[in-house]
Amino acid sequence: MKAINTMRLCFDSRSANESFARTAVAAFLCGLDPTVEELTDVKTAVSEAVTNCIVHGYREKIDKVYITANIYSDNRIVIKIKDKGCGIEDVKKAMEPLFTTAPEEERAGLGFAVMESLMDKVKVFSQPQKGTTVVLEKRIVSKGENNVHNSRE
Amino acid sequence: MAVEIQIKEDVVRAYLSGEIDHHSAAQIRETIDESIIQAAPAELILDFARVTFMDSSGIGLVMGRFRLMQETGGKVILQNLPAPLRKVMKLAGLDKLAEIQ
Repeated sequence: MKAINTMRLCFDSRSANESFARTAVAAFLCGLDPTVEELTDVKTAVSEAVTNCIVHGYREKIDKVYITANIYSDNRIVIKIKDKGCGIEDVKKAMEPLFTTAPEEERAGLGFAVMESLMDKVKVFSQPQKGTTVVLEKRIVSKGENNVHNSRE
Repeated sequence: MAVEIQIKEDVVRAYLSGEIDHHSAAQIRETIDESIIQAAPAELILDFARVTFMDSSGIGLVMGRFRLMQETGGKVILQNLPAPLRKVMKLAGLDKLAEIQ
């Protein structure tokens, strides 16, 4: 399926940009007319993924975080959040609830659990020393289901 | 993000406002912990009425304060949680750890 709208972001891995990143993605998503709850779900999941890049991927060193988002005609948004940081040795283990490599930072180890519960699909691609890409996908049901006059095909 | 602290007898109330994420959590943590160390309260009340956004950094914040209060046998109460925050807190099982009002 071809995307009907796309965007790309690149920003410094500064913690102050966590707010910028989730707000920018939320603004882009508004094209799909999401409910407040759907918007909050996406914002929260993006915030988790971007925080992972900053805290874990780059270990607080300043480098670049990349986000691309595509909107498809079936009201789906697919968001890719990528860093070129340290990567994850064992993705399965990293995704386990409560597992964290940064307890001193008071990280709860629930980032992936939150992403998985708020989004329809979460995929993680990672290679040690090369970086990590998290792909988040959610179908925005509000418009497609409730408004029969809305046709995007 | 801001946090306003009120200390009355053995109760510390922390009124949080704005967005809680990894960026803002460190400073909130510092402010609350200072007051806990100063007052050694029996109860820590975290009020979320004016919080507009929270990710899992907020869970870490609550869990950390819970541990700190546990050291002195005190308890943590979470107050005025907006619906989206309640969703994230429940997901983490914090409703079993702290009292939610």
